[in-house]
Amino acid sequence: MADIMASNLIRQTFRTDKLPHIWCQGCGHGVLMRAAAQAILNVGFDPDKVCIVSGIGCSSRAPGYMNYNTLHTTHGRAIAFATGVKLAKPELHVIVMTGDGDAAAIGGNHFIHAARRNIGITTIVFNNSIYGMTGGQYSPTTPMYDTATTAPYGNIEQTFDLCKLADASGASYVARTTAYHVPQAIKIFEKALLNKGFSVVDAISGCPTYYGRKNKKGNAVQMMKWMKDNSIDFKTAEKMTADEIKDKIITGEYKNAPAPEYCEIYQKEVIDKVLKGDAI
Amino acid sequence: MAKTLKINTAWCKGCGICAEFCPPKVLDIVREKVVLKDMDKCTKCALCELRCPDFAIYVETEEVAG
Ligand SMILES: Cc1ncc(C[n+]2csc(CCOP(=O)(O)OP(=O)(O)O)c2C)c(N)n1
Ligand code: SF4
Ligand code: SF4
Repeated sequence: MADIMASNLIRQTFRTDKLPHIWCQGCGHGVLMRAAAQAILNVGFDPDKVCIVSGIGCSSRAPGYMNYNTLHTTHGRAIAFATGVKLAKPELHVIVMTGDGDAAAIGGNHFIHAARRNIGITTIVFNNSIYGMTGGQYSPTTPMYDTATTAPYGNIEQTFDLCKLADASGASYVARTTAYHVPQAIKIFEKALLNKGFSVVDAISGCPTYYGRKNKKGNAVQMMKWMKDNSIDFKTAEKMTADEIKDKIITGEYKNAPAPEYCEIYQKEVIDKVLKGDAI
Repeated sequence: MAKTLKINTAWCKGCGICAEFCPPKVLDIVREKVVLKDMDKCTKCALCELRCPDFAIYVETEEVAG
């Protein structure tokens, strides 16, 4: 360990023998993964009680680098596996790290139903508006009329707003941040982790390799500048017209409404009754 | 307690994010790797550390003996 040149945070929370990671030059995923590691450390969770689950995608490689209990599962199913883990071991802090494709396309159904149950899982979506791993296909969060390998004439589908989707589905903590706004990201991740029910953070990432190149949003630096210059908070956005907020990233806390958590209700309303032998 | 800026060149991919957003502009990219141009002007704010996607730059606090 001593010969590895890395900060205390990285030594403490990462599998340093797996670094450097495979992500492209300037990929926003690395920034968000580090911010998440900082938040996990800051909230003081027992590392043995943390379980990080992912699906498939560039973003879903994150848990492979993180020195906790980790599960790298199948595409779109991270939340389904995480639900199993949480139900079997409710004492664990279960965290899902996923992509916009993994969470909102193939895994969209798991996403809304986990939210509906308000199960104690913190879901961090590394949202880069594209399928990075498979070469830049459009995803449910690709802005309308942006281009992708599967939308050479522009994407004609409407975009999912993951905060609204999570809120409407029943998640109790919902927020958005970006890979540029790291201090905010850390604070939001901390609050998402401390919420007992289903938390969703729509964490805007940048994929310079596919999304940036396809949409002339430039390299990693230009994508970060774009996040810096185009983000506004929810409170400011409330006072603006639909036209004014059209291409903006609206960040901050969208919802913080603690509600009964699924595993706790399951224990009380089902398991305890069964154990007592209560007749139905 | 002394603070120093550390660079792990082996992990740096040369994206330039740290240099672009460094407030006193003391970083530069030379042949796809970050270099510290002016140690004296570095305020050790650690914003580079927060935004480096590759954990290749960080501020270390060292206990000074004596
Ligand atoms: C069942 C299944 N369908 C499709 C794929 C191919 N596939 C792998 S990753 C991926 C999309 C990844 O996009 P996203 O989740 O947004 O993550 P990113 O790579 O952008 O971080 C797809 C379609 C797969 N691995 N398994
Ligand atoms: S393809 Fe895109 S998302 Fe994947 S590692 Fe490269 S920049 Fe990141
Ligand atoms: S942000 Fe990191 S990877 Fe990018 S140039 Fe700076 S030190 Fe290198």
